[in-house]
Amino acid sequence: MIRVIDLDKSFNNQLVLSNISVSFEPGKTNLVIGRSGSGKTVLLKSIVGLHEIDRGEIWYDDILFNKLDFKAKKEIRKEIGMLFQGSALFDSLSVEQNVKFPLDMFTDKNEEEKTDRVNFCLKRVNIINANKLLPSELSGGMKKRVAIARAISLNPKYLFCDEPNSGLDPITAILIDELIKELTEEYTMTTIVNTHDMNSVMKIGEKIIFLSDGVKCWEGSNKEILYSDCTILNDFVFANALAKQLKSSLK
Amino acid sequence: MIKFLTQFGHYFLLLKKVFSKPEKPYVYYKQTMHELVFLGLNSVGIITVISFFMGAVITLQTAYNTENPIYPTYLIGLGCRDSILLEFSSTITALILAGKVGSNIASELGTMRVTEQIDALETMGVNSASYLILPKIIATLLFNPILTLISISVGIFGGWIAGTSAGVITSEDFVYGIQYAFIPYYVTYAIIKTLFFAFVITSVSSFQGYFVEGGSLEVGQASTRAVVYSSVLILLLNVILTQLLLS
Repeated sequence: MIRVIDLDKSFNNQLVLSNISVSFEPGKTNLVIGRSGSGKTVLLKSIVGLHEIDRGEIWYDDILFNKLDFKAKKEIRKEIGMLFQGSALFDSLSVEQNVKFPLDMFTDKNEEEKTDRVNFCLKRVNIINANKLLPSELSGGMKKRVAIARAISLNPKYLFCDEPNSGLDPITAILIDELIKELTEEYTMTTIVNTHDMNSVMKIGEKIIFLSDGVKCWEGSNKEILYSDCTILNDFVFANALAKQLKSSLK
Repeated sequence: MIKFLTQFGHYFLLLKKVFSKPEKPYVYYKQTMHELVFLGLNSVGIITVISFFMGAVITLQTAYNTENPIYPTYLIGLGCRDSILLEFSSTITALILAGKVGSNIASELGTMRVTEQIDALETMGVNSASYLILPKIIATLLFNPILTLISISVGIFGGWIAGTSAGVITSEDFVYGIQYAFIPYYVTYAIIKTLFFAFVITSVSSFQGYFVEGGSLEVGQASTRAVVYSSVLILLLNVILTQLLLS
């Protein structure tokens, strides 16, 4: 479980996240939604320690993460898998080398064991016969799946996904969502997904946090979101005419 | 001034991170081998071409500027050797590498930063500065002296070809000239300078690339800054090292 308590984060004296308190449960797909610039990515990067927070606490189970030194943080980070918005695959490494990278850095497995693990992870995300390809030779959806394979190669306890289906067609986006949900349940990971894709919200949003201008405005599930009275949330979720019609029919 | 001092501080903090204990020496070894090829071996071609023509021009200019019966012609060979050994091979090679290798390093690291590849390394718990920069520094410190030695050899060879082909000096006089009053310390001096220059090129360019914020425009600007700052520092260090090593 990951808990965030009273988190504040600012850049150049401009408050980007204010007083965020939330807990993310293991085995569930936790979604952080909000408009572009609402602070979703900053929240995610603050939780993994890529941004130093101004105030507050970040707990990984019973460890206060934000007070740890670099070495102790490193131990927690070995249990973190992260999927970045642009996949962040290493350009100079092949698909296989990308997935093998965490194994090279943090395990003492021999080459055969590492190759087996790489093939298992790639198969798990449905990437077949692409081991020797470079990231530049992959489609957007394949890049995301390889990035997921890399993220799960060390069997992480925590999985972070920053807009995993941005730039993907609706069908591939759904496949990625389903994959994240399956992996979360299979390995009982604490998964946090940043998204503004409403299909994802409805499909995998077991727990949803809505951010607006750096403030947590709403918390609930994908079933509760349809009946929420929160005006800002409704403006976001039911943004287009068709969705507005759906909302009025629900009333 | 405050901005300069802040940058200076950041540079040394980055170096502290770079020289921390490597996580997996074998991975660093593999990375260093890759950089030796990428930053070192791949520069042999350009260094060879430039050094050949540099030696040729030095010989011809020395010949045309010393066209006087009171000067023995072997002085052309001697002038070519000392110019190349003392100045051109180390400094000009470093300036060329600041352009080629420096911009390459800055744009590689800058692109990795803006595409979140460095964030990905940090999230995994990898010391990204050490993993990405240390192998480059080691590779250039190992290979740039070899490049300088290649440059010296090819430069003198270029001078011999040009001098004898243009008929400004005989082969015997040129060979006598390059052997005359030879001071082996000059080679040591050239290599010491090269080591300092190699460190400046790699560390300054890495610093510029590693902290890029923004997009492709900023990566380009960082690449330009890497070349400019490295070149200026090389010229400045050249003066200081010459004073320290030859005075």
